[in-house]
Amino acid sequence: MTADIRTTSPAARGRSLAGGDRRGEHPRRRGRFGVHIFLMAVSLAFLAPLLLAVYASLRPYEETAQHGYFSLPDHLSFDYYREALSDSGMGEYFKNTLIIAVPAVLITLFLASFVAFAVSRIKVRGGIVLLMFFTAGNLLPPQVLVTPLYVLFLKIPLPWWMSDSLTMYDSYWAVIIVNIGFQLGFCVFVLANFMRTLPQEILEAAIVDGAGLWTQFWRITLPLCRPALAALGTLEFTWIYNDFLWALIFISNPDKLPITSSLNNLRGQFFTDYNLLAAGSVLVALPTILVFLLLQRHFIAGLTLGSSKG
Amino acid sequence: MRSVALKTARRAGRRRSRRFTRRDLAVLVVLLGIPVLLDIVIIWGPTLASIGLSFTSWDGIGDIHWVGGENYRNLVDNYPPFWPAVRHNLLWLAFLGLIATPFGLLLAVLIDRGVRFSRFYQSTLYMPVVLSLAVVGFMAQLILGTDQGVVNTLLDNHENPIDWLGDSDLNIWMMMLAASWRHTGYVMILYLAGLKSVDPTLKEAAAIDGANARQTFFRVVFPTLRPVNVIVGVITVIESLRAFDIVYAVNKGRNGLELLSVLITDNVIGEASRIGFGSAIAVVLLTVSLGFIVTFLVQELRGARDR
Repeated sequence: MTADIRTTSPAARGRSLAGGDRRGEHPRRRGRFGVHIFLMAVSLAFLAPLLLAVYASLRPYEETAQHGYFSLPDHLSFDYYREALSDSGMGEYFKNTLIIAVPAVLITLFLASFVAFAVSRIKVRGGIVLLMFFTAGNLLPPQVLVTPLYVLFLKIPLPWWMSDSLTMYDSYWAVIIVNIGFQLGFCVFVLANFMRTLPQEILEAAIVDGAGLWTQFWRITLPLCRPALAALGTLEFTWIYNDFLWALIFISNPDKLPITSSLNNLRGQFFTDYNLLAAGSVLVALPTILVFLLLQRHFIAGLTLGSSKG
Repeated sequence: MRSVALKTARRAGRRRSRRFTRRDLAVLVVLLGIPVLLDIVIIWGPTLASIGLSFTSWDGIGDIHWVGGENYRNLVDNYPPFWPAVRHNLLWLAFLGLIATPFGLLLAVLIDRGVRFSRFYQSTLYMPVVLSLAVVGFMAQLILGTDQGVVNTLLDNHENPIDWLGDSDLNIWMMMLAASWRHTGYVMILYLAGLKSVDPTLKEAAAIDGANARQTFFRVVFPTLRPVNVIVGVITVIESLRAFDIVYAVNKGRNGLELLSVLITDNVIGEASRIGFGSAIAVVLLTVSLGFIVTFLVQELRGARDR
């Protein structure tokens, strides 16, 4: 922004009118250069661990065991990826994660947007209390909830076609529902802030045209929230995808674990092949990185409107 | 004037609520009822139950005995890992709050100045945020491990490698560095979003008044970021209290990496299954968190009223 400020300041304007005084630009350009060096260095430092994991995953164990991870490669191959996906069954774990994450994200966004709509668009009485109720809930430490939920889920029976453990415990449902409950608060908070910025006139026009509550919500408000929903969808997907604690506590059958917990399966009891683990880590990281890169533009736009405008 | 406007708005709202048809009311009750019920069953009910359980001794199977404040007394007096865990949580908070958060703000300000490749920097710096902490914990082993870890290879101390993750004086610092790696990117994105929505005419006005870049930032831009500051502050506090995955992935939170969250998990789902005792630790964590949550919400609501 320095550049913009300088060019709009009267002194700079006078200088450029006087006819291309180069001296005025030099310190600025040097400043820019310094900023670039700094940002480049930080970016590389941030990327380094990820690149290292990729590099290690492509090299055989014997080689890195002898020369360390920081050495030139003799062999490069995707063998570890094949091994991680087939022998260790990471494909199955991916499926488990999707079974949990996809419904959880969709239901959370749907329920949260209705609460936000009720609070900030049709302004139901006690809206502020409702907002506090949800937001505060999201900020509590998850460990506080662990014991009672564990006991509760053990006591809730489910029919065999819903859960082969016949209880809520050790079923996908437990993890899905806890994720929904826990993430609702954050989504309500962001969406309520976002909806407050939408012009109220659109809704009033719809009401005059005789639109019911559902139409006002589903057909008129939600389509306008697309940027915020895209940003939230990205965030929620990464959070639920990366969740570690809930699955650890509520699932006992190792076949039902999500992908993040499966990394432990790649750890041998006596010998751990770190290069295989590296391949596993890269596989775990890949989906969230891809989702972020694909939705990046919407992500920033949605956050901008949600976090501080209003 | 504003109070009059508010009152009429409120009255209008009330009038509108009477205009709901029966179908509208059904939609409202169902779609508001489900999330509220869910939040009570999943969040607030268990929270209250945890507070109740913290005054009992319970192993999860047998009877529940009321023991009053005994769990708390034991926690403070004869549970060796408690005070180290409190210390580590505070250290974590100080590290994120004084180093990682300001660093994220600095990066956001630099990128917001409109440098070239800003999209690249932005994506790279945010990248760690989307990684699972379990993956981050593993990468820490790859870099800091004793046998073939990169740092020890670079230091070329094969005979006598530094045990970055095993040494109980060193490992907490390494974990905080790894956590900051993610926290910085998250803070940066939030500030970047905040900075993008700062009214540019403010900065122009400051420039015309002769303010330099630093003055413009600290006196004009930073105060308008207050809503973001509040959010970032709370995220920092909550993240430091909640920290769990990364230390659990490295060594199950033992040998120098004790955190309150780990102690709760150990007591509650560990073999000993001391649920009452674990709940007492949870209540300590809850009390501290609630302090910050209430502060945050008061700030937020004040902001909402001003809007």
